[in-house]
Amino acid sequence: MTGLFPILLAVLALALLGYWIGRQRGLAMRRGLTIRIGTVHSLPVYHGLYVALTALLPAVLVLAGWAIVEERLVADRVIAAVPVDFRPVSEIDRGAFMNDVRGLANNALEAAFNPAATAVVPLYRATSEAFDLAAGVVAMTLLAVGGIWAFSRLRPDFRARSHVEKLLRWLLILASTVAILTTFGIVLSLLFESWRFFQIVPAAEFLFGTHWSPQTAIRSDQIGSSGAFGAVPLFWGTIFIGAIIAMIVAVPLGLMAAIYLTQYADARVRRVLKPMLELLAGVPTVVYGFFAALIVAPAVRDFGVWLGISNASGESALAAGLVMGIMIIPFVSSMTDDALMAVPAEMRDGSYAMGATRAETVTRVLVPAALPGITGGVLLAVSRAIGETMIVVMAAGLAAKLTINPFDSVTTVSAQIVALLTGDQEFDSAKTLSAFALGLVLFIITLLLNIYALSVVRNYREAYE
Amino acid sequence: MTEPCPKLSARNLNVFYGAKQAIKNVSIDISREHVTALIGPSGCGKSTFLRCFNRMNDTIENARVTGEIRLDGRDIHAADMDVVQLRARVGMVFQKPNPFPKSIYENVAYGPRIHGLASGRAEMDRLVEDALRRAGLWDEVRDRLADSGTTLSGGQQQRLCIARAIAVDPEVILMDEPCSALDPVATAKIEELIDDLRGRYAIVIVTHNMQQAARVSQRTAFFHMGAMIEYGETSTLFTNPVQARTKDYITGRYG
Repeated sequence: MTGLFPILLAVLALALLGYWIGRQRGLAMRRGLTIRIGTVHSLPVYHGLYVALTALLPAVLVLAGWAIVEERLVADRVIAAVPVDFRPVSEIDRGAFMNDVRGLANNALEAAFNPAATAVVPLYRATSEAFDLAAGVVAMTLLAVGGIWAFSRLRPDFRARSHVEKLLRWLLILASTVAILTTFGIVLSLLFESWRFFQIVPAAEFLFGTHWSPQTAIRSDQIGSSGAFGAVPLFWGTIFIGAIIAMIVAVPLGLMAAIYLTQYADARVRRVLKPMLELLAGVPTVVYGFFAALIVAPAVRDFGVWLGISNASGESALAAGLVMGIMIIPFVSSMTDDALMAVPAEMRDGSYAMGATRAETVTRVLVPAALPGITGGVLLAVSRAIGETMIVVMAAGLAAKLTINPFDSVTTVSAQIVALLTGDQEFDSAKTLSAFALGLVLFIITLLLNIYALSVVRNYREAYE
Repeated sequence: MTEPCPKLSARNLNVFYGAKQAIKNVSIDISREHVTALIGPSGCGKSTFLRCFNRMNDTIENARVTGEIRLDGRDIHAADMDVVQLRARVGMVFQKPNPFPKSIYENVAYGPRIHGLASGRAEMDRLVEDALRRAGLWDEVRDRLADSGTTLSGGQQQRLCIARAIAVDPEVILMDEPCSALDPVATAKIEELIDDLRGRYAIVIVTHNMQQAARVSQRTAFFHMGAMIEYGETSTLFTNPVQARTKDYITGRYG
């Protein structure tokens, strides 16, 4: 046997069979009868679905649970059989050892790094098979018991339709919790790994230190053996690019685009321009990235040189910020658009009727009235911008500098995470773990920004209901 | 019916929304001393007609107006007529109270500010107080001028809108069903106010409430399906209408 997948297929096939049998039973109930409301409570389809779902759901849940724990149980058994001298101890070593064993067992590897691995391959195979078999037996039993029990309940007055409704409800709840649980898992792993990082590097140094140089040497006699993990330059770079330069570009342009589209453009122009503007949001960020790296960054450097800035760099905060600002325009403009459209037409008419021009009406009445909605939109745009990675990696560089010179290269939290986690690394070094701490900080900041922005927008919507 | 020296006059006025004709060949003279009521069933075009006098129909994308409207004898569609100034001379109060989301003070100061009518803080204070007094709202809001206009009750908001309109000292005030969103007490206050303002401003009021038209106006025009059916002294029109359709409407046969 090769894992749980064939078992899952068999379970599904049997559930389908259950559906067919239940439906046949339902059809049989109706044969020869004059059907009125109440003659047979449910349609044959519901009898079939009831049997299939009752059989399927417990079996699938058991298989899913088993799939999660099986690897670990097998690994425990296998490693217990390894002679003590060769036995892997740390989590990392265990993982590497089991990779060897699995590779050998599947004939994907010719030979293992750890000689002990070869010896336990037969044990691994046997244990896996035994466990798969056990899972299969449990799943099939549940399937059979559930199916037969469900089938035995089918009668003309059995409310299969209502039962299916309830089962579907559970199915939907299950589906929606998957996303929530995944998010929860991500947060937990961030917290856990960050905690490990903070055991090596004090939180105060990380949060307030101004020197970032995560490159720790492998041997202690090398130069620069101790890394520096003061993340302030990264936080600053993130704010400088995402919240300052990008917003200087995106807020005025987005605002004015939205004002034009809602107040000046006639319906035909609006119908064409609005989707085109929103198309900007659909451009993959890597495309913006190479646009920034190949076109904008050199132009910015030349401009800096022309201005007489000696250290104008080919990778600059300005280039990344400008392009990121362009990318964010649709966010700002579509939120502003919504906010302006939500201002009641009577208010605009009231201003026109006082003899105000369009511009006076926009600046004195509409924008102030829509300000909370616009603020919310800008905050959402900021949270999008500070999480953005590709443009920064490609156009702003990876040098963690604490500078306010926009022509200099800086880096952001997200770009630094990429740099930390790509390439070869060991998973228990401070360098790698620092990525989790950075991710945690970024996550908390964007989460708070989003919560605040959404609450601003929601309160504002309520004000005009 | 013609007036000797009308404040506003319309001649052969037609309004189209796209292909649909909303106003059909209406001619009317409106005097400066009177309150003129426009009545008629819903959708008869009375509000559309009212919005011609300050060219508010310009703000509707597919609206088209033909014919002539004169303010003090000058064509308001003439090329040299500044619509912004026209609207300062012809103020408007809407069906739903629409104070701006600003303080009470700033709501009233809005017109004087954009038209540059006050040269200093003291003069603006005086203008605002004066407008609020004339709108009969001063005593209720004098201690809370900094509060938002939207914190007032519906009737107070509508009087604030009237104060806002008269703060620029217009010549005409157009009122588009100003009491339809208000309760009877607030309605009575607005009607009293209209009576107080009569004579100082030419007032044109659209209403679907015939009792209201009878109470506040001296002239009444009856509209039906975009046409003006009858126009005359309010007392005559309500007691002794000439047209059968007017009679049917005021006696409640339809509408």
